[in-house]
Amino acid sequence: MDQMPRWADVVLVPLISLLLAAFVSALVLLAIGQSPVEAFNVMVDGALGSAYGWGYTLYYATSFMFTGLAVTVAFHAGLFNIGGEGQAQLGGLGVALVCLALPWPHWTLALVAASFGAALFGAAWAAIPAYLQARRGSHIVITTIMFNYIASALIVYMLVDVLRPAGQMDPATARFPAGTKLPTLNEIPGFNLFFQKTVPANVTLIIALLACWVIWLLLWRTRLGYQIRAFGKSEPAARYAGINPFRITMITMLISGGLAGLMSINNVMGEAERLLQNSAEGAGFIGIAVALMGRNHPLGVLLAAVLFGFLYQGGAELGLWTSIPIELRVVVQGLVILFTGALDHMVRMMLRWVFSFTTAKVA
Amino acid sequence: MVPGTDTGRQATAALPAGGAAELAIELRGISKAFGSVQANKDISIKVKRGSIHGIIGENGAGKSTLMSILYGFYKADAGEILIGGTLTAIPDSQSAIRAGIGMVFQHFKLVQNFTVLENVILGAEDGGLLRPSLAKARRVLADLSREYGLDVAPDALIEDLSVGHQQRVEILKALYRQADILILDEPTGVLTPAEADHLFRILKGLKDQGKTIILITHKLREIMEITDTVSVMRRGQMTATVKTSETSPEALAELMVGRKVLLQVEKRAANPGKTVLEVENLSVRGEDKVERVKGISLTIRAGEILGIAGVAGNGQSELLEVLAGIANGTGTIRLNGVELDLTGRHSDGQSRRAQGIAHVPEDRQHLGMVMDFTAWENVAFGYHHAPEYQKNALFMDNAAVRADTEGKMARFDVRPPIPTLAAKNFSGGNQQKIIVAREIERNPDLLLIGQPTRGVDIGAIEFIHKQIVALRDAGKAILLVSVELDEIMSLSDRIAVMFDGRIMGLRDPATTDERDLGLLMAGVDGKAA
Repeated sequence: MDQMPRWADVVLVPLISLLLAAFVSALVLLAIGQSPVEAFNVMVDGALGSAYGWGYTLYYATSFMFTGLAVTVAFHAGLFNIGGEGQAQLGGLGVALVCLALPWPHWTLALVAASFGAALFGAAWAAIPAYLQARRGSHIVITTIMFNYIASALIVYMLVDVLRPAGQMDPATARFPAGTKLPTLNEIPGFNLFFQKTVPANVTLIIALLACWVIWLLLWRTRLGYQIRAFGKSEPAARYAGINPFRITMITMLISGGLAGLMSINNVMGEAERLLQNSAEGAGFIGIAVALMGRNHPLGVLLAAVLFGFLYQGGAELGLWTSIPIELRVVVQGLVILFTGALDHMVRMMLRWVFSFTTAKVA
Repeated sequence: MVPGTDTGRQATAALPAGGAAELAIELRGISKAFGSVQANKDISIKVKRGSIHGIIGENGAGKSTLMSILYGFYKADAGEILIGGTLTAIPDSQSAIRAGIGMVFQHFKLVQNFTVLENVILGAEDGGLLRPSLAKARRVLADLSREYGLDVAPDALIEDLSVGHQQRVEILKALYRQADILILDEPTGVLTPAEADHLFRILKGLKDQGKTIILITHKLREIMEITDTVSVMRRGQMTATVKTSETSPEALAELMVGRKVLLQVEKRAANPGKTVLEVENLSVRGEDKVERVKGISLTIRAGEILGIAGVAGNGQSELLEVLAGIANGTGTIRLNGVELDLTGRHSDGQSRRAQGIAHVPEDRQHLGMVMDFTAWENVAFGYHHAPEYQKNALFMDNAAVRADTEGKMARFDVRPPIPTLAAKNFSGGNQQKIIVAREIERNPDLLLIGQPTRGVDIGAIEFIHKQIVALRDAGKAILLVSVELDEIMSLSDRIAVMFDGRIMGLRDPATTDERDLGLLMAGVDGKAA
């Protein structure tokens, strides 16, 4: 029953969902006695109106691209990886261990090694739920959620009892050596024409964009991607074709966990320059919304990640410049997730109904 | 709609009042479109009260859509429905039931762990307490059983009943809701010949009591055997309505397909060569650990078709799956003298393909293809490691697969010949052609083919049968599993009948008949009886 042109499905549905989310957000703002117009202006101006704002928006978007891709890859294998948060935190541990291990001479070497560490730790953290799913049938949604809590407890233990330098009060690692400092966008030729002051967005953005492209190649151009997608669409059919369910589940979750872990290059290595508690700050969960809104396509993930980056940065600006509580950012995000993710079918049905008139006229 | 036609409609509705007793259902100008697809186009049909009316047509001809409109699942874009001469709106299935229409679906809608009585009253309870409803249903059911020979134990659990009995429960459900008009959608697909005969006796009994029956089927034999009138549908239109006594299977087939069709398979005598497949003492357990195949042995030689007859669910599926490397078993299987691994440790669908076994699975839509994949992605399915589909170690050569798909579509007459169309958008027959092309063109030593023409239209059946026979004549071994006795009888060089996981007997198609096979299928040893 494809009664709707493809462009409408890809462009119109998310757009209308967003407008609906914005509309309801405006109602909420009115209800608490604030001006939606002013709030909107502050958000747009704060997130997109200046190089400074873009610097933050893209910084957040970088993290969301990684976690969004992590959810996307797993989704194509029919696996719902809710554990991006924990995998990202473990990735942060990998980054910290690598960065603190050596007095790195140059950031490029440190970046390669830390990326490896981040992906390895993230993948390892995803491997356990993957194994439990593939061999024991423990549902991956449940186990990955539980592993988020275990990850957070593990990080607290590592920070308090193992990695905290003597004499430091707060539970965090030591500051990373200077050789691990990643160039921010204002330090990169070309980008520095736009970004003249220091911004948190850093060279990881380029890695994230590359990751989007690589994941697209993986899913639609390689044999492995073919097998992942076949397995995700129909496990019995995959068995018929001789695709090993255990192998695909493991490999997919390793890739997914690795991507979530890679996010830590951006925030831990690129921004905080040390590992803190709760380093992922919910980006693992935002990744689910990003993947949903991005239709589990890397290009969609890229766009959705920028949108959520805008919401994050714009929301922070709201807290800074208006009397609107910063929690409203969470409300707006929630509404965007609700409309683009959960209620996306409602919008599609409405559109189908509208389009049924146009096709009827043609016929 | 022009205003003012309302009065006209009233008049026409009132007009046939004199002959109202004659017609149970009249459909006038029913049209229904899904997007650009016209599923029903200006269909008019008159069903006489107390008759059995057959509706026959290929898959996608619009039979199911028409019945869904009649049962209130879909709303027609145009046209009107008259029940017993009265213009009736049927916006939902509740209204259909109120209008006296009962429907027996192809896939039963029964709660497996409820009793017969509980299923019968489900959705038709009187009030909040169950006891009075159950007592009433018990009385009504006893009456119905007496009247129509529909005996079913009222307290039996559905899961313990045979398929034939489950179907009777569906009929009872409809009769309990006081249906005067019974619609049966492909009712014999899951029945043994004996069960089908029993069903037909029940239907004749219902007819004698004045009920009207609409029988939707693609089996010409059933139409000829039981119906009084038959309507033929093709591409959403009603091409003809004829008295059954005045037509022939060949004429109906031609009306269905729109051209002359060979109902009989043309094949030369088999010329069997060396033994290709040897199965010895093979046992297979299902996922529920229940033994489904119980120590069977068989051989197939090159250039011969071994047909496995049997009612669905007697171990044929498990036999195919273990041969195809999807399921594990115990015993010995040798292909060209080489023993196959049955433990799943060193075998899967890939290793079997490498050894020369191709498999057209029974369940096309769940096993044989990925419905959301495009046609070309499905052509690579199972052969995604094939060297000609690879660009290098990492990347697949999608363009090469697409080119191969175009060739296969041309050679196997797949319509529409669009490699980028999703598999789910092809008709059943064309989906099957894609799978058959994929498997046969690998030139396997052994072809496993299950239900090759299930849900496939007559034109495509003819084509697929020809391909199977051609592969046999090329000196390949073929294991054919089908629940369609006609198909088994016309294609096989030898027939094995399976019942309860065992082979009940081997028959030569030239010397056996449906009665003999039917007894074996029901677990009765023909020779002993």
